[in-house]
This record gives sequence, structure tokens and C-alpha cells, in this order.
Amino acid sequence: MAFFSTNESIVIKGVGAVSPAGWSAGDVVTKTLSGVALPFEELTREGCDHTCKVRRVPKPQERQAFARHPRLRRASAISRYVAAAGLQALGETRATAVREGELRLGIIVVFATGCVTYTRRFYEEMLDDPALASPILFPETVFNAPASHLAAILGSTGISYTLLGDGAEFLSGLDLAADWLCTHQCDGCLVIGGEEIDWLISEAVHLFARETILAEGAGALYLEREETPEANAVQLSQITPPLLYTNVGDKKLAPTKMRELLKIDSADERRMLLLDGLQAVGKMDKFEAAAWENWQGQRLSPRQFLGDALGASLAWQCVSAVSLLEEQYKECHSAIVSAVGLNQQSIAAQFSKSSRSS
Amino acid sequence: MSMGDGQHHRNQSGNRVVITGAGIVTSMGLGWQDNANGFREGRLAFRDITQFDTSRQRVHQAGEVALPEFLPDTQLSLRQTARMDRASSLLIHATAEALIQAGWSADDLLDEIPVALGTSAGAMVCGEEFCRRAIEQANQRRGQATRIHLYQAQHQALNLENAFGLQGPVSIISNACASGANAIGHAFRLLKYGRHQRVVAGGYDALSELVFAGFDSLQALTRTLPPRPFDANRDGLALGEGAAVLMMETLDCAKQRGADILAEIAGYGATTDIHHLAQPHPEGDAALASMNDACNEAGLNPGDIQYINSHGTGTPKNDVAEGRAIQRWAGAYTREVCVSSTKASIGHLLGGAGAVETVISLMALKGQWLPPTTTIENPDPICTFDLVREARDANLEAVLTNSFGFGGANATLILKKFL
Repeated sequence: MAFFSTNESIVIKGVGAVSPAGWSAGDVVTKTLSGVALPFEELTREGCDHTCKVRRVPKPQERQAFARHPRLRRASAISRYVAAAGLQALGETRATAVREGELRLGIIVVFATGCVTYTRRFYEEMLDDPALASPILFPETVFNAPASHLAAILGSTGISYTLLGDGAEFLSGLDLAADWLCTHQCDGCLVIGGEEIDWLISEAVHLFARETILAEGAGALYLEREETPEANAVQLSQITPPLLYTNVGDKKLAPTKMRELLKIDSADERRMLLLDGLQAVGKMDKFEAAAWENWQGQRLSPRQFLGDALGASLAWQCVSAVSLLEEQYKECHSAIVSAVGLNQQSIAAQFSKSSRSS
Repeated sequence: MSMGDGQHHRNQSGNRVVITGAGIVTSMGLGWQDNANGFREGRLAFRDITQFDTSRQRVHQAGEVALPEFLPDTQLSLRQTARMDRASSLLIHATAEALIQAGWSADDLLDEIPVALGTSAGAMVCGEEFCRRAIEQANQRRGQATRIHLYQAQHQALNLENAFGLQGPVSIISNACASGANAIGHAFRLLKYGRHQRVVAGGYDALSELVFAGFDSLQALTRTLPPRPFDANRDGLALGEGAAVLMMETLDCAKQRGADILAEIAGYGATTDIHHLAQPHPEGDAALASMNDACNEAGLNPGDIQYINSHGTGTPKNDVAEGRAIQRWAGAYTREVCVSSTKASIGHLLGGAGAVETVISLMALKGQWLPPTTTIENPDPICTFDLVREARDANLEAVLTNSFGFGGANATLILKKFL
């Protein structure tokens, strides 16, 4: 983010989440703090000789009001997760302001795999008989369908991007949101990461590490620009440049370089909280684990308890970072979120509490 | 990010942003000259699809690109080249042309230049193959990890970085048919507000069986090729494939190195049409807002813009909604503004459309001519503007290009002759 002046801060004004732990951000935080992993189920399909471990989002205890919107009638699970997390983060008062045209909202939705369930279903129908493939499914396969549904629910006609990337892309979404806010392209911005489980993606993930427990859901942050944030307001204080895995950028070294780019004084680490992406799968964790091996501060690994929901998991790390700085980890002044993606980039963010009083 | 040394600060007035290189690959041809010649001649570029079996589809032709067997010179390894997917190939051909035109040196490319790309389907063909094998041979996993890796959009972006030694951050915007325009608009804002001095931006999509069947399922494909945007009897769109890439930089950066400036990007609008997931608002409300936003940013009035390269898909609802938006936007100037849809010649390139049509608009501005929609027999009554049905010379100072996508993603870009 290049546009912060000394008088402007990007403040996190709301968080939201849907996860295997439940339909609220609080559920993610509680599960992250619990130290106990959620149970998983075995996903099977006919003709396939192996199963995949997954953690699904439970059915909501009661039907939420937003779910009655006509746009969601035929939408896939991922659209409902994105909408639910986004609406939580925004809150009812601001949602009303958006509907009444008083708040110019930017929407950024980030996916690694996106609307995979309807895409796979449509493709199967097409293989059977292209002339009979469902015209209802196809529009829902488009990557930006969930962002479109959320915009329609909110009556938001402003700028909206759907970004694609590996599981570290959510932080680039936050970076973009900060750009939009600092250049006044919107008054507030929702950044949402989401994923849904389908046997197709479960089997794909297992090709890289069979121990991975795939999860699903969404996480959301709502950001605004403020000149004088309230004391202890949580702000986005830095995002490292993404370190790409190219011919000249080594995936093995990227996480360590990412940590260096944060420029954290080691003496200060004890007053900081690290939310890393470790999932207790050695093959997937090794480079990130090595980068943070000597971290002296407090540390939590949400994926170990919730599962790996790719981009959504990183959103849960951010949701946890913000929530924990505000509540359970008041002694910490900052939280670091570490993201080591599978095949694109390593990137990290720092959230800090404002020291200024309003 | 804001912290640390060497950060740029917000430039309130904004940098001027220029284009110094452009590359294009469509079914019309490979490169600027082939495409410019084709559009000036009003050629149509549709052929039988060879990329997949269409025997069970209702439509069998599209704007399929005749890709050469070999890639241009790149820094890719033999293994990377051998694994190249079609979408990446399209992108690399377009980028190679744009880089040569811009004259960026190898040292320039070490400068962490960002890459902003738009795509709707990425390498869907690889995803289809993964899915087909998983269904048909559930217990055979050989090659599947590679297929899923190749499928992901970041793979095409990283192929591009590796091919040319680029090292900057990657943004992949997937806003359906507006993706390419959004990527260029995103790059424009990165430069305007001083975050970077140079950006590589563009859009691409390759033909895919799944997407083809999807549009067919919606009965959105014309069964009476060629497509006839803005014709009263239009009956749908034709799909195409291709890529276009721009080398964009701040005016200061371009001037410092004495670059040949092709045009200035002056304005960008991005709005969301919330009317329906797959249909535009009949009055074109969001399209109008997108055009107005781009004009406001450019500091131009409709009367200052001589040509619109419309989204113009050839579907009954899109063309009327866009036509209505143009009428509301242009007001008293409606009869004078020239409008065409180049999709009539090459089809709808989905995530690549916005970038390809930006380059076609750039060709028009640079060459001072208007690309036509040659397939119109009976113009729709909505066409109260100057519908360009034959290529002709024109005095162009500023041109506008519209891209509207599924999900209501609307984007408008305005290019100005560089003075």
C-alpha cells in the first residue's frame, strides 16, 4: 500500500466468518483458542478407492434473513458463505447506509478455487449431454457470482473485484482495499475470502498432501479510512510485498524473506501475536515453520483446529488477529498474519492497535 | 504498504498515464498489423472449432486463434514450454509484441513491475481435463497434480513472469467479461496514484468446452453466424479467444526514456449492475454510471469523445441496454458519436474482451480510422447514434471502450490521443 499519509489509517471496523466451527467470527476465535481440533468427516465417492478428510460448515441453527434474498435461491454454498461473512463484517447499520446510498462500498472477493461445486456439476452434465446441461448452473460457475450476489443483497453499485490466486491472495485483497480507500474510490471496503468443499477440489488438494483436512467457509474484514482512529482501534499497519515463486524467487526462501521484510524488532516480539498458517502437515508447513522457528511471541495456528480452507483460512487468520487484539490479547500491541501460499506467493500482514486517542 | 522507507505518497492530482506498447492475438491474426488490417478491411474471423469436439453442441464455429507452433523467444525452460497451456501461449505472444514495441530493456524488467491480468476462465481446458479424468478414471492420479496446477490462473501469470524475467506482484481480476478492462483500469490507477512507474496489464481467455457449452445452454450463442450486434434481428453472440497486453507507464517515466507514446489512458469507470446475475438493467443504469465515472476522471464530456467501441455482444438484451446507456450518456450529442462492436468480427473473448477491445480502440486512435460492425443488415431502432458499418477514416481525439460482464461487472476506459 503506497498511499497512506501520516494523517490516515486503515482501520478494521468489522469482522465476519463462516467456518466449520459455526456461522460467526466468534466461533472461529473460540475454536482457535480452544486448542482442540474439530471433528472431520470422510468424503467418499462411488468408484474412487480413497477418501478425503474434510470439515464442512454446519447447517445454520436458524435461517438467516439474508438467505431469503432471491439471488441466493439457486446460489451455491460459497455464495451463501461469502454473503454471510460480508454482512456480519459490515453490520446492519452500515448495510442500511449502503442501501440508502450514503456509504460507497467497495467489494473485494478472493478465491483460490471459487465456485467449484456448480462448475463440476455443470461439467458432468455437459459430458452426459451438452444440449441438456443446466442454464441455471452455468452463471453460478462464474468466479464473480458470489460478489455479484452480495452486491445485489446490499444494493451496492460501486466498484467490485474478484481476485484469484493461491491461498495467500487474501492479503493482496486487503492491500487493494487500502489503495481504494486511500484514493477515495470508496468510503468503506469489504474484503472476503471464501471456498467451498467439493470432492473434486478435495481430491486435488490431497494430490499435494494426503494429510490435509480440507475445510470450507468464508472470512471477511470491513475496512475504513480514518484520520484519527479511536485509541486501541485495530488498524492494518503493513503488508509485505508478495514474494513470488518464479524462476528467480525460491519458494523455500520466500517465507524467511517475508519475515525479514516485516522488520520486526525481536525484542518487541513478546508483545506481539503471530497467527500462522500451519496445519500440522509437515510437507505443507515446512517452509513457513522454518521461517518462524525462533518466534518469541505468542502464537496461534487456526488451520490446525479448523482445517485448510485455502483463501478462507487466511481470512480466518486475519479475523482472529483483529478479534484477539481487541479482546483476549489486550497486552499485545500487534498481530502478525503469515501466509505461505501453495504455488504463487508468500506474504504477511501486521495489524496494530492505535495508540492515538480520539 | 505504507510502512517502511521509500514508500510513495499519494499524489493528489495524479500522474498522467500512457501506453507505450501493445500486443494482440485474436482470430483475426497474430499481432497489431494483422489485426489492424483485418478490422480496416472489415474481415470476419470465424472458423470451425478444432480445440474440442462440438458434434453434440448446437454451434460449431467460433473465433478460434490459429496459434503458431512455437512461442516467441522467452526465458522459459524446455519443461515450462512443453507444459504450456493454450491460455498462457496466447498471453505470451501478446506480451512479447507489447514488450518489443515499448522498448523496455532487460534491466527495466528487473524493476518489480506489477502484472495486472484479467481472465474469466484461466486455463479452464486444464481444469476440464482434470475433471474428466477424475470422473472417468477415478483411481488414476498420474498427471493430475500437474493438471490442477496448470489450471489455476496464477500459473498463467507466473508463466508470463518467467517468460520475460518479470518479478513484480501479480493481480488476477476475474470479473467475467469485464476482467480485461478492469485489469487495465487497475493498472491505470496504480500508475495514476504513484504506486508504480510501470505496469504490464491485459486480459486473456482461451476457448473452453465448458464455457462454450455454458453459453450454449443459455441459448446465448448465435446459430446464424456471423453475430450481428445492434442488428434488429440479432440472435446471440459468437465466442472467440485471444489476449491483449499493454505496457503502461507514467508520462514522466515514458518521457525520461524518450519512449514513443501510443496514447494516454485518461479515465476509468467500474460499477456493478445489480439487476440480475446474467442480464443487464434494461435502461443501462450501471453502464451509464461507468461511462460517466470514466468521463469525470478524464475531465471529458461526451461531446469530446468521437468513438465508442461498445461491449455489443449481439444478444437481444445487452445491445438495447447498452444503446440506451449511450443515448442517456451522450444526450444531444447522440447522433454524432460513432459506435461499433468489433465482436462481430472476432467474437466475444470474455475475460480477454476488454483488453483486446482497448487495443483495437488504440489502433483506431493511432491510425485515425473507425473499426466497423460489418454484419448489420437492419439496424436496431436503439441505434440513434452513428453506427459504423464500414471502416472509415476519422478525426479521433478520444475514444471510449465498454465492457460489461456476468454478475453486473461493468467497466469503461477512455483513451486520448497523446498531445
